[in-house]
Amino acid sequence: MPVFTLPPLPSEDNRWKIVNGTMRKNGYARHALIEALHTVQSSFGCLDDDAIRFVAQSLRVPLSQAYGVATFYHYFTLKPPGKHTITICAGTACYIKGSDKLIAAAERKLGIKQGQTTADGEISLMIARCVGACSRAPVMLCDGELSGQMSAEQVQAQLERWAVE
Amino acid sequence: MSEVGTEVKILVIDEQEVSAHAGQTILEVARENDIHIPTLCYLEGLSNVGACRLCLVEIKGSSKLTPACVTTVQEGMEVSTNSERLTRHRRTILELLFAERNHICSVCVANGHCELQSLGQELGLTHVRLPYRNPDLPVDASHERFTADHNRCILCTRCVRVCAEIEGAHVWDVMGRGVNCTIITDLHEEWGKSTCTRCGKCVQVCPTGALFDKSKIGSEHPKYPDFLPFLNMMREAQ
Amino acid sequence: MTIEELDQIAASARSEREKFEHEINVCHGTGCLSQHSDRVKESIAQALQALGKNAYVRRTGCMGLCAAGPLVLVDPEGSLYQHVNPSHAEKIAASLDDKPVEELQCNLREHFDQQVHIVLENSGRIDPERVEDYIASDGYRALLMALNDMTPQGVVRQITESGLRGRGGGGYPTGLKWGTVAKAKGDVKYVICNGDEGDPGAFMDRSVLESDPHRVLEGMAIAAYAVGASKGYIYVRAEYPLAVSRLTSCLRDARRHGLLGNNIGNTHFNFDVEIRLGAGAFVCGEETALIASIEGRRGTPRPRPPYPASSGLWGKPTLINNVETFANIAPIIRKGSRWFAGIGSARSKGTKVFALTGKITNTGLVEVPMGIKLREIIEVIGGGVPGGHKFKAVQTGGPSGGCLPESMLDIGVSYDALQSVGSIMGSGGMIVMDDTSCMVNVARFFMEFCMTESCGKCVPCRAGTAQMHTLLTRICTGAGTMDDLALIEDLCSTVKETSLCGLGQTAPNPVLSTLKYFRNEYIEHIVEKRCRAGVCNMEAAAEVLA
Repeated sequence: MPVFTLPPLPSEDNRWKIVNGTMRKNGYARHALIEALHTVQSSFGCLDDDAIRFVAQSLRVPLSQAYGVATFYHYFTLKPPGKHTITICAGTACYIKGSDKLIAAAERKLGIKQGQTTADGEISLMIARCVGACSRAPVMLCDGELSGQMSAEQVQAQLERWAVE
Repeated sequence: MSEVGTEVKILVIDEQEVSAHAGQTILEVARENDIHIPTLCYLEGLSNVGACRLCLVEIKGSSKLTPACVTTVQEGMEVSTNSERLTRHRRTILELLFAERNHICSVCVANGHCELQSLGQELGLTHVRLPYRNPDLPVDASHERFTADHNRCILCTRCVRVCAEIEGAHVWDVMGRGVNCTIITDLHEEWGKSTCTRCGKCVQVCPTGALFDKSKIGSEHPKYPDFLPFLNMMREAQ
Repeated sequence: MTIEELDQIAASARSEREKFEHEINVCHGTGCLSQHSDRVKESIAQALQALGKNAYVRRTGCMGLCAAGPLVLVDPEGSLYQHVNPSHAEKIAASLDDKPVEELQCNLREHFDQQVHIVLENSGRIDPERVEDYIASDGYRALLMALNDMTPQGVVRQITESGLRGRGGGGYPTGLKWGTVAKAKGDVKYVICNGDEGDPGAFMDRSVLESDPHRVLEGMAIAAYAVGASKGYIYVRAEYPLAVSRLTSCLRDARRHGLLGNNIGNTHFNFDVEIRLGAGAFVCGEETALIASIEGRRGTPRPRPPYPASSGLWGKPTLINNVETFANIAPIIRKGSRWFAGIGSARSKGTKVFALTGKITNTGLVEVPMGIKLREIIEVIGGGVPGGHKFKAVQTGGPSGGCLPESMLDIGVSYDALQSVGSIMGSGGMIVMDDTSCMVNVARFFMEFCMTESCGKCVPCRAGTAQMHTLLTRICTGAGTMDDLALIEDLCSTVKETSLCGLGQTAPNPVLSTLKYFRNEYIEHIVEKRCRAGVCNMEAAAEVLA
């Protein structure tokens, strides 16, 4: 077996050390790919080519395979998110309670489609496939904080609060 | 390839009594006995993924359909490979494939040598009832020798498997999910700039005109995937 | 840790509690937390201090009745308060040793009386992150009993005799599964807990993991002892951060107390658990896809056999059970298989936890004995459809299940009964719909879900769900024809019979069941260009018709 040398960290950024830590903890085993990508996303907000390449090379996973994994799971995003993220749940309970109206209201207000970020990089509009708070349907997450029994007006009010900031 | 045991099994395929080694798949035994079962993702010499669902067969005593490519034979098994039910499903699956991307045989480099096309003819597919999806898909002609036309890809993953399992390069893989799946090289980069070894195996095993040799445009473009079993045999011999 | 040491911990936890005259439990489930129950707890603690009252304030897991949250339960009086906010803290504190606070009281006897709590017995009663609380409620006793007094075969036999069936949806007999893995040859075996609750509209597993995580760990450890595994994985959705953080802290506590790790209970049994995060893929609920995901690959299923019981994670024999299944194990070991088999119906034993949501008054989590009538769950426990609307359908089994009309409400809830009428038990989502829901649109909604969640590996599921979605959208916009409907039925048959895994094989179910019970709604959309629920926008199509 040829000796395997780890690739250098992509930059001085300390967050790469956190990513490297996750991989080290897993013995740089190939099966740590998803765990490592989770760490990248929680540290950097998204997975870009440099990050996927670094993780793939560190774990000796073929590049195409790593990219295939990164694009298979909807939790991972390749694009940087906006400063704020509003996530509207489109699970069954929320759908029955009219989450489509919330989504339409947000899309109208922001002038973007679900899954997109406003041109100024301020707000991302995401759709979740059930966050498990169905009893409070319809729900939205504002920067991770959950609010239940939302109306289209409340969604717009929240977006306005962010716009004023 | 399945691991073949020494024990002999007797079974019935389409009312014909056949013998097989324990561990052989229904498909292998059927082919040995000139019983034709349609396949698309299967290719002798590659691992089996059971993804195209065309080789489904009926086994007496089970209401479920079984993929012949991954099911090993059992003593006394009674297999039926071409019932009315199977033909109906196979036609629908082919229709789904024809409607999924942009398959236009008359302007395809693989016209006359395409496995999808010949299966359509074999199963008597005269028209597609389903709405065509007409997706907007790219053509990657960045490679000096080959072209990838995603309009003609049926996602059988033969290219992915031959590159990973035989060539050992794993340049190809699948990205995305569901109808948005696409075969990619490296980090979704141009094929010409990828770590491709230019061996051309993927082109030879591609069942349609999705991967083709640029020098063959405008001429007959038969493919020769039969090198795989031989290659495997020679490697095992070493 | 020995049983005696366990008893000591339990006793000291109890005597610690007896120092207080009252216990105030504040629900910290996701539903109540989203309404800031953490602030309620703080305010109550401050108010108690100010009034010099002697009471113990505890954060607990989910109390079930999320619709009335934030919930506060005062013991030993047993007063349950609903919609509590920090401003009520003083009143609640002052009410101790006095009459309960009238205006906050939640009087829903019928909601709770019909329920039987096995899986949820500790939910809302213990602090999920305090192992002492769990131990004081007989926690980890079953594990030590199994290790000290039972053989692995004996454990398998007890589970088999209990009649427990997989709670993930399939209903495969748990004992049979354990027995198969136990008999499989191999030095290394794995136990996996499937917490990839992908069914939209279901949150039972989330709640169990948040409210009583040790119970799941104990179930896994007992399973590992029974099948001969020493390593376990618990696969949790990344969308459940609270569950993940509570599990992480519980794993640490369990290891510290010698309830996980090496030589558990001073025996030769070693077992440890690692958390693996899902990343948003419904198909990973399928066991071979889940294994692929733990191995760090795309979560695509593979044909079975070989089954994970003989060749699973890294090719080793692997036992996969769902969160709720593991949560049933400890009580079965503790109280015996006969006790468990005495609850439920003939072929479906025990209880089932349902996430009751949609157009229903008492949304939340309920645990009912198998065999209970759907009508009882919806009308009595759930409190019926609110706002004067009329019940139309109940959906069970999520994207793999079906919609049942009023005429089916008198069937008893069991795996076989639900399947026979065109739905499935599923993991436990139960969504009630009223006359404002369009059944064609509901079918389209589920098909969209299946289309985006299809892994793309096999043709019928990848292309078939997309085609059905296109055709259903046509009908919902008034552009559909009767030929389209015939085509949909044709596709349903092919996708159901030829898909590789359960996702594809069950994807047509919502369409098939709505066609079975609500066919006239489809016809109205196609022929009259009319949506009786007023959900589908058919104006353009209706104009053409006029």
